[in-house]
Amino acid sequence: MNPRRSASVFSPEILRPAVGASFAKLDPRVQLGNPVMFIVEVGALLTSIIWIVQAAGGSTGSNDPAWFTLTVAVWLWLTVVFANLAEALAEGRGKAQADTLRSMRTDTVATLRDGTTKPAGELAPGDVVVIEAGEFIPGDGTVIEGIASVDESAITGESAPVIREAGGDRSAVTGGTRVLSDHIVVEITQEPGKTFLDRMIALVEGAERRKTPNEIALGILLAGMTLVFLIVVVSLRPFALFSGTDVSTTTLIALLIALIPTTIGALLSAIGIAGMDRLVRRNVLALSGRAVEASGDVDVLLLDKTGTITLGNREATAFLPMPGVGESELAEAAQLASLADETPEGRSIVVLAKQYGLREHEFAPQSAEFVPFTAQTRMSGVNINGDQLRKGAGDAIIDWIESEGGSAPPELRRELDEISSEGGTPLAVARNNKVLGVIYLRDIIKDGMTERFDQLRQMGIRTVMITGDNRLTAAKIAKESGVDDFLAEATPEAKLALIKQEQSEGRLVAMTGDGTNDAPALAQADVGVAMNTGTQAAREAGNMVDLDSNPTKLIEIVEVGKQLLITRGALTTFSIANDIAKYFAILPAIFAATYAVSGSTSGPLDKLNLMNLGSPNSAIISAIIFNALVIPLLVPIALRGVTYRPIGATALLRRNMLIYGLGGIIAPFIGIKLIDLIIHNLLGA
Amino acid sequence: MLQGWIQIAIFFAALVAIVPLLGGYMARVFSGQPVLLERVLGPVERLIYAAIRVKPDRGQDWKAYARSVVLFSIASFVGLYAIMRLQGSLPWNPEGFKAPPWDLSFNTTASFVTNTNWQYYGGETTMSYFTQMVGLAVQNFVSAAVGIAVVIAVIRGIVSRSGTSLGNFWQDLTRATLYVLLPIAFVAALVLVSQGVIQNFSSYSDVTGVVGSVQHFAFGPVASQEAIKELGTNGGGFFNVNSAMPFENSNGLTNFLEMLLVLSIPAALTFTYGRMVGNRRQGWALFAAMSVMFIAAVAVVYTAESNPTPAMTAAGVNAQTTDGTTGGNLLDKEQRFGIANSALFNAVTTVTSCGAVNSAMESFTGIGGAVPMANMGTSEVIFGGVGSGLYGMLLFVILAVFIGGLMVGRTPEYLGKKIEAREIKLATLGALYMPFAVLIATGLGIATEYGKKSLYSGGPQGFSETLYAYMSQGNNNGSAFAGYTGFIQPEAGNAGSFGITFADLLGGGTMIFVRFVPILIVLAIAGSLAGKKVAPTGLGTLRTDSPTFVVLLIGIVVLIGALTFFPALLLGPVVQGLTQELF
Repeated sequence: MNPRRSASVFSPEILRPAVGASFAKLDPRVQLGNPVMFIVEVGALLTSIIWIVQAAGGSTGSNDPAWFTLTVAVWLWLTVVFANLAEALAEGRGKAQADTLRSMRTDTVATLRDGTTKPAGELAPGDVVVIEAGEFIPGDGTVIEGIASVDESAITGESAPVIREAGGDRSAVTGGTRVLSDHIVVEITQEPGKTFLDRMIALVEGAERRKTPNEIALGILLAGMTLVFLIVVVSLRPFALFSGTDVSTTTLIALLIALIPTTIGALLSAIGIAGMDRLVRRNVLALSGRAVEASGDVDVLLLDKTGTITLGNREATAFLPMPGVGESELAEAAQLASLADETPEGRSIVVLAKQYGLREHEFAPQSAEFVPFTAQTRMSGVNINGDQLRKGAGDAIIDWIESEGGSAPPELRRELDEISSEGGTPLAVARNNKVLGVIYLRDIIKDGMTERFDQLRQMGIRTVMITGDNRLTAAKIAKESGVDDFLAEATPEAKLALIKQEQSEGRLVAMTGDGTNDAPALAQADVGVAMNTGTQAAREAGNMVDLDSNPTKLIEIVEVGKQLLITRGALTTFSIANDIAKYFAILPAIFAATYAVSGSTSGPLDKLNLMNLGSPNSAIISAIIFNALVIPLLVPIALRGVTYRPIGATALLRRNMLIYGLGGIIAPFIGIKLIDLIIHNLLGA
Repeated sequence: MLQGWIQIAIFFAALVAIVPLLGGYMARVFSGQPVLLERVLGPVERLIYAAIRVKPDRGQDWKAYARSVVLFSIASFVGLYAIMRLQGSLPWNPEGFKAPPWDLSFNTTASFVTNTNWQYYGGETTMSYFTQMVGLAVQNFVSAAVGIAVVIAVIRGIVSRSGTSLGNFWQDLTRATLYVLLPIAFVAALVLVSQGVIQNFSSYSDVTGVVGSVQHFAFGPVASQEAIKELGTNGGGFFNVNSAMPFENSNGLTNFLEMLLVLSIPAALTFTYGRMVGNRRQGWALFAAMSVMFIAAVAVVYTAESNPTPAMTAAGVNAQTTDGTTGGNLLDKEQRFGIANSALFNAVTTVTSCGAVNSAMESFTGIGGAVPMANMGTSEVIFGGVGSGLYGMLLFVILAVFIGGLMVGRTPEYLGKKIEAREIKLATLGALYMPFAVLIATGLGIATEYGKKSLYSGGPQGFSETLYAYMSQGNNNGSAFAGYTGFIQPEAGNAGSFGITFADLLGGGTMIFVRFVPILIVLAIAGSLAGKKVAPTGLGTLRTDSPTFVVLLIGIVVLIGALTFFPALLLGPVVQGLTQELF
């Protein structure tokens, strides 16, 4: 399943139910939540009633032809329908996805460790269940025994299975995913109905959608403007009467609807939903809209070095033998000592050694005794053919050599320091009590990181690299990658302290994390993105989950957050700027004959008919049609979002003011004129 | 016309020159830094605190500050109303004027306490020297000082890094009066006197004119009231014809000085603002936005008044510039000022909430008359009233920051402080209250029988008169278009006179509403901002001192102002500007 990557906004499977929903949403109780559109609906209702009275031959006190009233009424209804459609389209994609997710929530029967069974829906936190290969995991939990490969494509869309094992940072399992091999014992941590899958369904469906603080603020502004225009229109009637002009209720309603910010009012909720949806399509689940907004405001980005700035792992890039030792001798010893080392670093040593023509050694297992890496010894190795081969951190090897009665050559110390100062990681290799040489492990910085950091700087975001490396190494990598700052020898406490420090200076901090020890920092950060591969604790602490577990995702998240705000601002500006043209369409139409010399039908204000619209009725209708049509026309922008460019705030403001401000002034002049040409010249309105 | 443009340019250059001087001085006065005048006036200041039992160092939160503003204004109201109603029994009344009627007194009291100075009466036929000097002129000082105090409190709220205190109202009021208004007004009054503006307590006297008719000349302590009338953007004339009267405004130099006085404090406060927020560019940005709109207003009025209207052309009026004539529309303008300085005076006193006039606005061309209305339609934020102009502008700044902040993709912040729902709610109210008051009052004025009693003309002119009356009162401006009245006075001295109660009460209520609603709003915003953390600025932060932001700010001011009053302006002045008929 992968709906989130395919569905287009206007694909029939989304469009069809959306059209239905947009009529269902005409229910005034739904519209009450949106004052702007509520006013439009009231206007539509009033004009419809006026038309019915006219059609029935009653008196309405105005000279409007019935077709005029009807046309205005129809287009006002359409305005509301278009607004509903925009929202339904935005919701549509999420709905389709939620359905697919729901089908994943199979009613499995869980086998408890004591052999009894229980339906998955009745599992309580603390229950311990056993899951065999081929079975679905019945609920969210933590692996407490075993290791297994798990198919998580149901939630991540990623078909390659992932490893889940007891202990460490990959212990969390998600209900609804399937164990492919082996078997694991899982302790359930979530009640049914509150699992990750349930939350995800609610989220993509928008069931828990609440207005974000910024949306509320904008809503207040729009409601206020609506109120101002209501007063303008209400007071216009006595003003006009004093000037000897009777303006019909239908015309006043048309004017009101044209002036109030219907465009942004109609698209506001669609923009919010689409923003969340854009994150979902990037496989990020934001647990609140507030978090998405906050991500646009991030000032400081904490990035883990490993996996984010550098390729996941250090690679061996050179063997540096001690005097009197051959390079291939060192390579062979290093290879043997690394054979049992399953870490990526260990494998990269084996791979590098192959370049010296060394094949993987064939030997009988019983002749070799592997010494695994421990945190105490900080080295690993093998005892083979009477030789003790060791590989490890420089000072660990030196200690070992000395305990074996040997001594480290002075060249070793020099070599170790030199590699460290270059930002690399040295590993020493020894055979018995003799140091053979050094392996140069290097961090490989990902392609394009420097550009990324430049871009972030332009966005006004400072990047801080978090690493367990010493200061020297950290400084080198920071310089090479172009990151603004670094925190070396980072502990979870240091990380938390850094976040608090930045926040106390008024900055918003974003970070990613996966381990349990990241949880406090994730919770403290304003935007905490937990990796889906991480522990349950980390996933609970963050306010977003990245299903791809890709730490560079933060950059995209920030962009989506900014896009969300920009889209709102741009469409608000466009909406307000539109009013100038609408005034110039409607007011000259209303007052065309006001203060006309007797015998003439055109008074002084007719000169303001700058667009030269065909007739007063066609002018008003054209403005209303434009007002309605601009909503579906802008739906793609609302759903896709206005493109964010990291060009600095002032340049961005200038750009958006030109496009949406100036454009918003000019566009309706053209649009209304075109519509008038059609309805006046072709249809005779 | 070139000569006129040069005069306008010189005036503007003089304004730019005094802004940093006066602005810097006011920043010192209100930041508690020592100023030279303290050596002289310090004891007076301390005496005042002792007399009103105020500890000047005790900070007030926004509610306490607002309470003090309201309390002081109520006391001012009661005092001034009492003076007017007791006028007949009070001294300095050479003509023996009786008390003005209660409804006119209410309107006038509301008008002077709210720094509006709307006048339904003629000063020299209605008010005694005592009322003018002890009543009206005192309010000219303190109502202006209230405006300054409030904006200073707002600035403190914006700047405050912690806590809730906005300063002490009584201290701000006292220092604004003692160190800013009094000394400048004193010097200005002396200069005015030197140019022929009168200052005496003489009885009125009869003079036989050159054509043989006897004219009853009014005198009085004019210069002292004239100086603060301009400096405090009050505008209430000692005489009925305001600054067109030679005793108030005797020549080109006094005219120049009076215009400069009007703009000096509102313009200089932008600099004070920049200094107090620690970034002068912020102040200059606001000054730039205001200046652009001001210059545009001047240009439109001057151009409109220098050229014939379609109606003048249709009627065959020769309005071409020829040898010895300026051309254009000189109707009801003073020859000693000419078109340029009448147009400039008109713009200066309507972008600010001064409202003084040196020519009859009713006789301006349609478009020339539309400009003062458009100026007022911006809620008086193009420099605006002393203090009130800047705090009104800050409401628009918040709206501009909000929309601009969205457009750059950040939750809006101003000077590092987040603009959230509460601030937007208040700023939206701040954009709403004025159109609400003006449009409803105008509607009542135009549509009801009671309202129509005040009307002189019909048609577009009558509409303009009513609209102007309520725009002026509804923006605490006080400028009069003439033709709309709330006071019938068969003869001087108030005997047999009566107020048009409806117009007096509606106008008075409107003035009180539009004065105190925004004060409460901006103080509430200041209170809300005072407690907020300051976020450091970065590349992604919307800069509020850039030309781009200035353009955005102007756009918001013009769009919200123009959009609200566009239909109303069409039916009044714009019709007059386009029609070939005479109404």
